[in-house]
Amino acid sequence: MSTFWSVWISVIVLGTVFGCMWLLFATRKSQTTDVETDRTTGHSYDGIEEYDNPLPKWWFYLFLATCIFSLGYLALYPGLGSFKGLLGWTSHNQWEAEVAAAEEKYGEIYAQYGSTPVPELAKNEDALKIGQRLFANNCAVCHGSAARGQVGFPNLTDDDWLYGGAPDNILHTLKNGRMGNMPAKGLMPSMTDQQVDQVVNYVLSFSGREKDAEAAKAGEAVFAQACAGCHGADAKGNQGIGSPNLTDNTWLYGSTYDWIKETVMNGRQNQMPAQQGRLTDDQIQILAAYVYSLSN
Amino acid sequence: MQWFIHTCLRIIPHPKPIGKAMSTVNANLTYNYKVVRQFAIMTVVWGIVGMSMGVLIASQLVWPAMNLDFAWSHFGRLRPLHTNAVIYGFGGSALFATSYYVVQRTCQARLISDGLASFTFWGWQAILVSAAITLPMGFTTSKEYAELEWPIDIAITIVWVAYALVFFGTIMKRATKHIYVANWFYGAFIITVAVLHVGNNLELPASAFKSYSAYAGVTDAMMQWWWGHNAVGFFLTAGFLGMMYYFVPKQANRPVYSYRLSIVHFWALIATYVWAGGHHLHYSALPDWAQTAGMIMSLILLAPSWGGMINGMMTLSGAWHKLRTDPILRFLVVSLSFYGMSTFEGPMMAIKTVNALSHNTDWTIGHVHSGALGWVAMISIGAMYHLIPRLWGMVEMYSIRLINVHFWLATVGTVLYIVAMWVNGIMQGLMWRAVNEDGTLTYSFVESVEASHAGYLVRMIGGAIFLSGMLLMAYNVYMTVRQKQAVAQDNAAAQAA
Repeated sequence: MSTFWSVWISVIVLGTVFGCMWLLFATRKSQTTDVETDRTTGHSYDGIEEYDNPLPKWWFYLFLATCIFSLGYLALYPGLGSFKGLLGWTSHNQWEAEVAAAEEKYGEIYAQYGSTPVPELAKNEDALKIGQRLFANNCAVCHGSAARGQVGFPNLTDDDWLYGGAPDNILHTLKNGRMGNMPAKGLMPSMTDQQVDQVVNYVLSFSGREKDAEAAKAGEAVFAQACAGCHGADAKGNQGIGSPNLTDNTWLYGSTYDWIKETVMNGRQNQMPAQQGRLTDDQIQILAAYVYSLSN
Repeated sequence: MQWFIHTCLRIIPHPKPIGKAMSTVNANLTYNYKVVRQFAIMTVVWGIVGMSMGVLIASQLVWPAMNLDFAWSHFGRLRPLHTNAVIYGFGGSALFATSYYVVQRTCQARLISDGLASFTFWGWQAILVSAAITLPMGFTTSKEYAELEWPIDIAITIVWVAYALVFFGTIMKRATKHIYVANWFYGAFIITVAVLHVGNNLELPASAFKSYSAYAGVTDAMMQWWWGHNAVGFFLTAGFLGMMYYFVPKQANRPVYSYRLSIVHFWALIATYVWAGGHHLHYSALPDWAQTAGMIMSLILLAPSWGGMINGMMTLSGAWHKLRTDPILRFLVVSLSFYGMSTFEGPMMAIKTVNALSHNTDWTIGHVHSGALGWVAMISIGAMYHLIPRLWGMVEMYSIRLINVHFWLATVGTVLYIVAMWVNGIMQGLMWRAVNEDGTLTYSFVESVEASHAGYLVRMIGGAIFLSGMLLMAYNVYMTVRQKQAVAQDNAAAQAA
């Protein structure tokens, strides 16, 4: 903050507080009596008169007390421009201190599991209980509290994996997150509406649900050009890049003709946020064990 | 009678008579009641519309199927319609009606321009109707209490400038020497809302119904809450304090308790309220100094707010017995109690450590509604019951008993609402911070939603009870206005009351 703004802020903050105090004292000074009387100001507005009563004493001191408290607070805490306050408190410091205190208090609980391999940890009831709580706090908002997922968010209980279900795959996903990106019309931006219809029918035919057998047949060539690059010529997907298997009738987005058409037409973007930095490595280890245990 | 003679001597330009009742008297003597009547009726209409929306969205939180599966009937679209209809429709119409009435009577001057006043009425109603159309369609800037898109923002600015011209123009031609305190509050409300509205709504149009805020990131958040909290501080407080300063002494027929107190609390209130918005952004990316300023100014606000409550309450000294027989006065006094309670709760919630518990919970919703139902709605309802018979040349409302029933419905509804939200809010705050022995959170978010279900049901019932009172009011107003033919008197007689 530049000196100008620092001074400006200090002047208007203090000006408001001292202004209130001045107003209080100046108004009280002109009081001629400390008690309530029947004397009015002599004005009458549509029949309404006003008593010339003094400021209630308790109210005067209440007002003064809040002003004095505020001045004390401004001396101790950051408030006057770039003046940091005598306590050196900042909200960032407070947060760091609370995180550090939590690490110290709870760190050991997690540390005892941090070096256990995931498959072994997945058999430890105590670790799984902690893992379930970590999951409820951090993952359930997207994947659901039963980890069954929802449209756009994978089911973690069905042993069908976008990026692989081996312990190392799960740990990688948790630590670094994943960015899923299916471009609109795959690798074939020139795809016509008719070709979209054909390729959708072709995809539906993997599970025997095509609407139009001829279109599905024609779709094979479109698939080879637009989709096979990621999903593979056999449409079984590629866990290396997270492209889903299209033949297993498990769907991240909807499985109907309209849903698949929407996916082909507009593509899909999906993101799993990285947890490294948010959670400790020990916590991630426990969480990975919990997720692993859901399908193993 | 001095003011009466004074008024007679003044030549007030009055281009056209406004209705049969007024054409029988000397135009120079009359006030413009037509625009006041129009806004008074729309206060009741928008009150019912806005509160019905409130009950509907409250029921959606109890039974999600009440979303009805249409995009336009979804909570996310109807919630801003609820807030806009109650704040700008109900509250706004009440403020227009009472400020036009009060400024004329306490300045002893007719509104400076009937045409401009009429423009503010039709303009404001057009804005409200366009809000009721565009918000369910999904057009929104996404800024709370400033959701309306840029063409409507421009319309609001134009109507607001016209409002300022009418109000301050009338004050300038007043026949009284001084300006009554109610008008200070109305004036502060009009000026500040103009500045806030223009400041927060600076945006770049991308198409006819889409714009992007001129501010980015945390600056945008701060601008938004600078506006958001002053929608509360000026629209819903200063304006209604103006209302209080006329209708409480008038209905109690007692002098205002302390002129001196009104000076201090007026200036302190308007000086500190504009700072308070930062308390909405505690523990956020907002720089610490701005959070501190938001917190201490909110604390200082306690005394200025209570100054208004004391001045209203103590005005009743010597007239407390009237509460037993006068349900209108009861509305006004209970509104002041809720005002005092909310303005104690607000500074407390602005303290960082308390805010850490209350932020994002239903406690905030409860706090807002103890102000909105308890203070703003109750004082408006009381003011309307005082105002409406006088506007139509009657002595009192069609049924005082119905006012009494309305009073109890409003009070019970408000209390149910607030208590349900306190319980929910504190429970949510505690559930969200509860941790297991391994440091993980004890409850997932959805568990706190599940636990809130009972509170949501009680809140909906409270809201429905409050709304039923508004329906009684509509009936009572209809029956009152219908009688006007029978007792049609000229306005001069009505105004001498």
